[in-house]
Amino acid sequence: MIKLKSDSSPLDKNDRHVPKHFSIILLAGFILLIVTVIASLVLGARVVSYQELMDGLSFQNVDSYGANVVQKRISRTVFGLCCGAALAISGVLMQTVTRNPLADPSILGVNTGAALFVVAGISFFQISTAGQYIWLALIGASITAVFVFGIGSMGRGGATPIKLVLAGAATSAALSSLVTAIMIPNLYAMDQFRFWQVGSVGSGSWQSIIIFIPFLIVGIMIAFISAPALNALALGDDVATGLGVRPGLLRAFAIGAGVILCGVTTALAGPIGFIGLLATHSMRLLVGSDLRFLIPLSALAGAIILTFSDVAGRLIGSPGELEVGIITAFIGAPILILLAKKSKVRSL
Amino acid sequence: MSNKHVFRVEGLVSGYENKTIIHGIDLEIPENKISVIIGANGCGKSTLLKTMAKLIKPTEGDITLNGKAINKYPSKQLARTVGILPQTPVVPDGITVADLVGRGRFPHQTLFSGWTKKDYEAVEDAMEFMNIIEFANLDIDELSGGQRQRVWIAMALAQQTDILFLDEPTTFLDITYQVEILDLLTNLNQKHGTTIVMVLHDINLSARYADHIFAVKDGKLIAEGKPADVLTSELVKNVFELDSVIIQDPVSATPLVIPKGRYYVND
Repeated sequence: MIKLKSDSSPLDKNDRHVPKHFSIILLAGFILLIVTVIASLVLGARVVSYQELMDGLSFQNVDSYGANVVQKRISRTVFGLCCGAALAISGVLMQTVTRNPLADPSILGVNTGAALFVVAGISFFQISTAGQYIWLALIGASITAVFVFGIGSMGRGGATPIKLVLAGAATSAALSSLVTAIMIPNLYAMDQFRFWQVGSVGSGSWQSIIIFIPFLIVGIMIAFISAPALNALALGDDVATGLGVRPGLLRAFAIGAGVILCGVTTALAGPIGFIGLLATHSMRLLVGSDLRFLIPLSALAGAIILTFSDVAGRLIGSPGELEVGIITAFIGAPILILLAKKSKVRSL
Repeated sequence: MSNKHVFRVEGLVSGYENKTIIHGIDLEIPENKISVIIGANGCGKSTLLKTMAKLIKPTEGDITLNGKAINKYPSKQLARTVGILPQTPVVPDGITVADLVGRGRFPHQTLFSGWTKKDYEAVEDAMEFMNIIEFANLDIDELSGGQRQRVWIAMALAQQTDILFLDEPTTFLDITYQVEILDLLTNLNQKHGTTIVMVLHDINLSARYADHIFAVKDGKLIAEGKPADVLTSELVKNVFELDSVIIQDPVSATPLVIPKGRYYVND
């Protein structure tokens, strides 16, 4: 019944704890990343020449149109990479904490909470800049997360994955009807909100990147620090407790980081779906479930997928552009169905 | 290596939300011995084990390790002395044997140390001890139930604790695997002096493998001691509400409980 593979020679003892082909996957990832970044700088409604690319990158001839385009695309690309990485890490964290392979920031109601606060801000306080959106979205996302976590923790056994998911789904449904209720009688809010609602990285300026970076760093640090403990938590709360993990505390931390990452991205770029699922599941198939490897690789994959989708949106929508949120949904949905059908989506 | 520990329970009351299951238990776990908690379904034996392993917070009473309350220890430090293998751990899909066993090293690792040589050795030793080296790089899904259970125990071994709690480690296993697991645990106890406390369903295997038996009924400890001293037909009647005859196990010379039902009784 057991297929004995001849790969347990004494030489690879320590390699057992590093996924197979990890370095190759990492290398391939970086090469893809570079290719994607170059494509993002060069391609679009206007394809720039090599000379213009070099000018733009070295800040020479910045008066020329091409170099200008490149410079715009630099900030857009950096912003896209940040968003992709943040959403992917947020996805891994939420999936691990809820032990739900299909958990996405949206499943805990975090996206809807952010949206509600942004709509309320637009509607009641005439708010319209990214700097203001971000705080509203963050507050909305956090309050929702705390609320969902609170409901999910009630009753026997604390915040079990299933209760968290149910509380999230219910909250999300309630909040989205509130969003609609606020928006419908208010045309101005509806216009503003519509623009924000379809995720886009086109608005990514250096200013938004500067706002983004501190949150991204905090989120990534928490993710990396908690990875070993989350690995233990994946074996169930009892095993984790026996290994010296405090599941409640750890969940709060990991969800906190997930909320920050997803809340900030949502605030700056609007809700962009599927990245959290696509990046993590593709990497899980390649490297397995050890979060010490899954988190960084998913971040890399998320950055690549989102930036690639943005480039695709610019090409398909030329001379205008399709928002990246539409592209990720288009790429994401069929691939996800395919994965699910092959039942290769690994549950946690 | 000092593996002498005094693990004591005093006046323990414990249970779930508004349902008390353990109604005042005092006991001391015998050092470097194998203890088995026996009792009928729902008597609280599993709750007792879980409370001792800090999985359930007691409502009253003290649980102390070397004189200090277990909840006063930093959780990672406690996890380097006391380990637990619960009954229904979650198997993340697509996890390899080595990865799973390696996760038992968590309490020994710090944020900055990462994986040390000691960690690799401990995992290797644990897998060797449980005879699962040949499966090291396989997915858990590819293993049979008995092999899987050996992997979980290996994970608990990799934790290298002096005290190990196991909640029904042989449930759902064929008799062959039950004996195999209990033999391996006895090995562990004899080789490393690991104090083992477990809940077992099979009273005869309990009698054979236990140095010490705790008999629990309705959340109270009603007898404890060596199987030969404790296991009488009165006790079996009391604990399990079952008539029985106790004979000597022809293999191990320990008590063997022969149940008496309503049928097939020659007299």
